[in-house]
Amino acid sequence: MKEKLETIHKEAVAKIKDINDMKSLQELRVKYLGKKGSITSVLRGMGKLAKEERPIIGEMANKIRQAITSSIEEKQAKLEQEAMDKQLQEEVIDVTLPGRPIQVGGPHLLTHIVQEIEDLFIGMGFEVKEGPQVETDYYNFEALNLPQNHPARDMQDSFYITNELLLRTHTSPVQARTMNAYKGEKPVKMICPGVVYRRDHDDATHSHQFNQIEGLYVDKDVRMSDLKGILNLFAKKMFGEDREIRLRPSFFPFTEPSVEMDISCKVCSKKGCSVCKQTGWIEVLGGGMVHPRVLEMAGYDPKVYTGFAFGMGTDRIAMLKYGVNDIRQFYMNDKRFVTQYHQA
Amino acid sequence: MLVSLNWLNKYVDISHISPEELAERITKSGIEVERIEYIGEANPDVIVGYVESCEKHPNADKLKVCHVDIGQDETLQIVCGAPNVAKGQKVIVAKPGATLPGNIKIKKVTLRGVESNGMICSLQELGIDEKYIPSEYADGIYIFPDDVHVGERVESLLNLDDVVLEFDLTPNRADSLSMLGVAYEVAAILDQPLRLPEVSVNEIDEEAKHYVNVTVESTDLCSYYGAFIVKNVDIKPSPLWMQHFLMAAGIRPINNVVDITNYVLLEYGQPLHAFDYDRLNSKDILVRRAIEGEKIETLDNVERQLTNEDLVITNGKEPIALAGVMGGANTEVHDGTTNILLEAAYFDPGSVRKTVKKTGLRSEASTRFEKGVDPNRVRQAGVRACQLLEKYANAQVLKGVVEYDKLDRSEKTVVINTDNINKRLGSEMTSEEIAHILKKLRFDYEQENKEFTVHVPTRRGDITIFEDMLEEVARIYGYDHLPYTLPKHFSQVGALTNRQQLIRKLRTFLQGAGLMEARTYALTKEKYATRFLSPEIQAINPHPISVQKPMTEDHQYLRLSLIPELLKSVAYNKARNEYDLAFYELGNIFISKEEVITKQPAEELRLSGALTGEWVDHKWQGASKQVDFFVVKGILEGLFQYLQLPIEYKASKLPQMHPGRCATIYMNNEPIGFLGQIHPLVQKEMDLKETYVFDLNAEAILDAHTHHATYEPIPKYPSIERDVAFILDEDVLAGDVKSLIEKIGSPLVKAVHIFDVYSGEHLPKGKKSVAYNLVYQDPNKTLKDDEVDISFKDIIEQVNKTFDAYVRS
Repeated sequence: MKEKLETIHKEAVAKIKDINDMKSLQELRVKYLGKKGSITSVLRGMGKLAKEERPIIGEMANKIRQAITSSIEEKQAKLEQEAMDKQLQEEVIDVTLPGRPIQVGGPHLLTHIVQEIEDLFIGMGFEVKEGPQVETDYYNFEALNLPQNHPARDMQDSFYITNELLLRTHTSPVQARTMNAYKGEKPVKMICPGVVYRRDHDDATHSHQFNQIEGLYVDKDVRMSDLKGILNLFAKKMFGEDREIRLRPSFFPFTEPSVEMDISCKVCSKKGCSVCKQTGWIEVLGGGMVHPRVLEMAGYDPKVYTGFAFGMGTDRIAMLKYGVNDIRQFYMNDKRFVTQYHQA
Repeated sequence: MLVSLNWLNKYVDISHISPEELAERITKSGIEVERIEYIGEANPDVIVGYVESCEKHPNADKLKVCHVDIGQDETLQIVCGAPNVAKGQKVIVAKPGATLPGNIKIKKVTLRGVESNGMICSLQELGIDEKYIPSEYADGIYIFPDDVHVGERVESLLNLDDVVLEFDLTPNRADSLSMLGVAYEVAAILDQPLRLPEVSVNEIDEEAKHYVNVTVESTDLCSYYGAFIVKNVDIKPSPLWMQHFLMAAGIRPINNVVDITNYVLLEYGQPLHAFDYDRLNSKDILVRRAIEGEKIETLDNVERQLTNEDLVITNGKEPIALAGVMGGANTEVHDGTTNILLEAAYFDPGSVRKTVKKTGLRSEASTRFEKGVDPNRVRQAGVRACQLLEKYANAQVLKGVVEYDKLDRSEKTVVINTDNINKRLGSEMTSEEIAHILKKLRFDYEQENKEFTVHVPTRRGDITIFEDMLEEVARIYGYDHLPYTLPKHFSQVGALTNRQQLIRKLRTFLQGAGLMEARTYALTKEKYATRFLSPEIQAINPHPISVQKPMTEDHQYLRLSLIPELLKSVAYNKARNEYDLAFYELGNIFISKEEVITKQPAEELRLSGALTGEWVDHKWQGASKQVDFFVVKGILEGLFQYLQLPIEYKASKLPQMHPGRCATIYMNNEPIGFLGQIHPLVQKEMDLKETYVFDLNAEAILDAHTHHATYEPIPKYPSIERDVAFILDEDVLAGDVKSLIEKIGSPLVKAVHIFDVYSGEHLPKGKKSVAYNLVYQDPNKTLKDDEVDISFKDIIEQVNKTFDAYVRS
């Protein structure tokens, strides 16, 4: 019996060694280790053995079974490895081929700028307000201290629809409307982005339709230095910490004192170049302390409340920030232009 | 305003500061200097020469050979082509070696066989703009008066060493429309003394009142009218320095009388007018409103019809000038004029502005009247002109001025206080600093501790209230010196409203879905104003709104749909070989039902899009996908699913749309927009390829969306699916079948998907097969097959019955 088992062992090891596929290996497993396999059938003859021999043969049979099992497992692992290698070899792709395209969309550059500015001011506690684009003469001019025949109306040639209605020439009427709505009773802290219109011929720097963002802060004890502080924060966040700001006295009928804000020219670092017209500075916005008459007309007591307002051309800010040299690009929707700024 | 620094230097010493630095200081104090212009360059080789002889060139008809004394040992032989060169003139000579503007180098040359050692120059050749050059020298060389010295350099004679600052004045700073006003400003900024001109006249004994009576009838439009009489004027060119100051200021010299009125206009900011006294044919000056339909021929030889709104100066009968705007042709000063009536007046700014607007006659004079001249300088300016006429026109000034005078010359008083100023500015100025600023500005004041009662000079008509003085103090103090602070009360929380947040989400969704945001013009052409109207807009029957004065016909009407201009963008791109486009736009339309508009129109936010070309470009991975109806519908379905809005689509025929590929979009049975392919004829007309559009009432979407996401338990029990394909007539709508399945299957059928649509060779003609996948689910228990079978069978029977359908086996 001993010999029989040893023969089985030798024969099995030899056969396992020669096998090259999983199927044959499974057959071998059944043949040697299965319920009807060789080792089992040898062990069936155990009853004929002497009592003391049985454990010896049993132990031997178990060892051989284990040896064959591990040979098969070893072989199986080897075959699996080979099969996997083969599969992986077959599955090689050219990773340099382009991926399956997805349709990529994106915001308009002006939307991007508006949201950036909105978020900046929301962070400082401002609300975002909107208003109609077809305005009354009252809100567009009169409520902003620009009565009929005021010389400053020359500055704004407007698209009138009737004598009383026009396309708003600035977003300032939203300020007047908001103050009116608050009835002079609570502080106003808002910005208002929006589309505005002026009677200009469209060219690289003029557009009959463009956008503005204005801000208004009315409260007790608002100082001109606060305007300076807020604008400074805005300019640095918007254009970079390394930019300087400069405020110059100016004139707007709805503010007194009035300011214009310049930022230092990035191109030449204030040395003077064609971008800044040799001045070293670039004008970015206008503003000032809200004129007492404007406060009064909106129901705020100018002895109690003071405030500041500022406004800028969104298109201009975008042009400055991203080096766009033709304002018409914002309204032509040239794909070659639009797609440049999706990641802006 | 063009400011000659040589001229300015007469009133305030600016010799120690460079033009650039001065411009910077002025700009920072509130008047923007737009440009710095150097009139000429220092050029030692351009000097005064005396033409000793002038002969015809032997070989050229149009050339002359001159010998010119330049104050050196030898005269220069110069060949000159100017028609006006002659013996005995003092002229501008550029010696060999000189470089003229435009980098023209003067060399010894031989012209038609004759040696020429330099050039006799015109003013143009020295870089002076032709429009300012006196007309007699416009076509030839410039000829100096006799009193210049031969050999002298010409820069200062011709004011070529001058620098001109161009001011961009804000409308409030009318004071700086005069050299004296600028001098006050610069003296304040630089803290320098001011040298005002000394004005005095040696009047003759004869009295002006014997020559003229002044009556003002329209006292509301003219509060001062002064008439000076000046006799025996000698009309000739004005002195060189005056001519050059005028040229630097952008005014062409004419003759001494005209130049003097212009000079005083620039110096004082007070327009004056000189009438030829002998042409008045009357001793009366009557200032009144024009009679409706009355006519006057103005200096520019145009006959103008007047209305009752125009103010005129008359000789008692007929108009001789349009007040403050332009003089009449029949009383113009000319070469033969000997006696002058000089007008100095204060006209109502509003009235002048109206006349200017109507006639388009904007001039140096009207610009100043429109903004209001300084009441305290009106008469003084007249006296100044008389002084100059006396000196430079050898004239006799008659005693007195005949005037109508109801002019308010009082000064405004504004009280300021150091604490107030600091409170408003956030500054820490002392009372001494404020006092010093007032002194620099030359504003009179009384001070009591911290309180200043300021008497604002009338030249600064822009300062009337405390805030005006606040700005005045702040700008001289320097905005740069104010601190940076943040508001004291900084409590409010800033946030976007729900609506604003949702708009941002809409954008994010659409961009994620592959659309690029576009922005188009709200003003469109008439033809486009009523195109592509959404059914619910069309139902209102809106009236397109036109602006009164469009810049072009392309931008005249306010849009009622975003689509026409979006399609223009598509065509614009196509013309540039960009064929694959997917745009969306969020923008307002303007709805008014009124035929003649009286009220603000309703403004409605629309969400629209235009898509064309390849949707996804699969270059190496098989066929690419073209944009079609279902690409667009898929995006919208995704959007509505995202917003959880109940939406239905119904086939519809809309103008400008493909009749078989267009659907109206309904929310709660109300139309809120449409989508589809644009009509092939419209595509052709607008030069487009197959293009799909959508248009939605964004307001309706924003309003319908609830901002509360509520938790719904995840189903615990498994779902069961059933598939069925119906054979239907071609014209049965797959969506109608789906709706019926949903209706009958409710509540167990949770979802119905269409997964196959087929028509073709395996089906009878006129039939199609539509396959549906039904998902059954009960939230409370595990469904049993037989429950589902009962429902499924019922659905099939109902569909077969309703649509005359049968199940495809």
